[in-house]
Amino acid sequence: MPEALLKETLAQTFPASRRPRNRNLAIGAALVILFAITALAGSAIAPYDPTSQDLLALLEPASAAHWLGTDEIGRDILSRILAGTRITMTIALAPVALAGLLGIAIGMLAGYLGGAVDRTLGALIELMMTVPELVLAIAVVAVAGASPEGLIIAITASSAPRLARLIRSRIRELREEDYVSAAAVLGLPLWRILCLHLLPNAVSLIVVQLSLLAGQAVLIGSALGFLGLGVQPPAPEWGSMLGGSRQYIEIAPHVVIAPGLAIAALVFAFNTLGDGLRDRLDPNLRR
Amino acid sequence: MLRNLASRLVLIPAILFGLVTLLFLIFQLVPGDQATLAAGATATQAEIEAMRHQLGLDRPLLTQYLDHLFGLLRGDFGYSTLFRDNPLPHILERVPATLALTTGAILLTVVIGIPAGVLAAATRDRAPDMAISGCVIALLSIPNFWLGMVLIAALSVRLHLLPSFGFTGAASLVMPVLALAARLIAIIARLVRALIIEELGKPYVRTARAKGLGESTVLWGHVLPNALVPTMTAIGLEAGYLLGGSVVVERLFAWPGIGDLLISAISVRDYTLVLGITVLFALGFMLLNLAVDLLCVVANPRLRDA
Repeated sequence: MPEALLKETLAQTFPASRRPRNRNLAIGAALVILFAITALAGSAIAPYDPTSQDLLALLEPASAAHWLGTDEIGRDILSRILAGTRITMTIALAPVALAGLLGIAIGMLAGYLGGAVDRTLGALIELMMTVPELVLAIAVVAVAGASPEGLIIAITASSAPRLARLIRSRIRELREEDYVSAAAVLGLPLWRILCLHLLPNAVSLIVVQLSLLAGQAVLIGSALGFLGLGVQPPAPEWGSMLGGSRQYIEIAPHVVIAPGLAIAALVFAFNTLGDGLRDRLDPNLRR
Repeated sequence: MLRNLASRLVLIPAILFGLVTLLFLIFQLVPGDQATLAAGATATQAEIEAMRHQLGLDRPLLTQYLDHLFGLLRGDFGYSTLFRDNPLPHILERVPATLALTTGAILLTVVIGIPAGVLAAATRDRAPDMAISGCVIALLSIPNFWLGMVLIAALSVRLHLLPSFGFTGAASLVMPVLALAARLIAIIARLVRALIIEELGKPYVRTARAKGLGESTVLWGHVLPNALVPTMTAIGLEAGYLLGGSVVVERLFAWPGIGDLLISAISVRDYTLVLGITVLFALGFMLLNLAVDLLCVVANPRLRDA
């Protein structure tokens, strides 16, 4: 392919520092770091207590005292968004970590071992993927309970199958490589082949997928919060803030603007980071 | 390909059987007693026991499971505490509203997403492409329920153009369909842009241009048809998003579909109903995917022999 050849030549001609910058990666990483700092600082940088009510200032529009206005029981919206960063990010990132572990374990075992193990795990994956992701999350949260823990279980259960399937097909490709056969012929233990030979070659796929999954997890988590099935009030999770304020949209539209923008910005940060990582790590996957 | 489709059709009952089994087992983990819920808040202990017997909840788990399974085959979805009845007719009654919503979203995606992608590819790195790609990035980040709220605030509350909830004629379809379709439009526009850019580099495009065809004939008549099959496959795969997203959008707009019913079922802990609706969503998802693949075979004769 002439394009690939051209790229290779370019890469050899110009040192890494002269190559075109990966803008997505820079923007995405910067935004995610910014959100992470906000999550850690949390209520410390919030101008007001996120749960304290001011019944003399209900549904007030943005002002010098309340930069983003107040909600239906007089809580400062900016403070709630800042304080809610932590819970919103936790219910997105904890499932990403758990689904990552599950997906890697299931995908690698099914992909490498093949046979009955692959058929069993593969059938389970296909079974779970016949239910639309959000519907599966809703069904699981109905059992696991409308709490942060329940949400984490639900988002993990709904996103792990897709990840496991992707990793499984990558491992099936890698299994045919000579160095893997060589490792098996040498009699290396299974865990060594999986962790030291196969995993490093699937890691770029996994990193990219996890980052894109984080954006999805924010959307699913906030949708469940909006439906009242997620984090319960008065916790300032952004989706449930939108769910709680939606009936005031006619008299005070400002109550729904800020939390929605916060969700969109966080999803944008993860998506952009994912796109940047894909360009950097896995050029073949570029769409 | 056709044989592949036929074998997938045969697999659907097996998958549904597995799914019902899985969900039945999962719903056994639910805290709380179904008989107590069904009997109502004021029931005495004797009434609760009578209800337990009436619902068959005092039988062994395996009997309950087999009973439920064979009931499903006969169209008996069990006893729903919300309807105090077999929920199937109540679910089916709401299917058309959800179908209208999802079909509308698919149509809107085809009408807006595909041309937007073609336009962006044709004007690569120039102003229209920049604008379209910017919109795509924004639409992929915005939650659909928030987009719906913004639409309500702008079109219903400010401009009084459209009804903000319920189903009162064709106008009430506009906002729910827009809110649901936005993400899919973005996904398809991005995909079509990438596919067309790839196709534009192929020799047949040079031939078409060399024989003097206009650029728009080349683009819409020669290049786009080659990008349509992967686009249709992608729409089929994203049908899962549409069905899941419809739950949230229906709730926001008080749309009388099965997604709205699912949330009602969960809020009264009616797990018989939850199971029935979840299985129906899975069936709808699988049938949609099959239909899309069948369309692909119709559109691309080369797939028939493969």
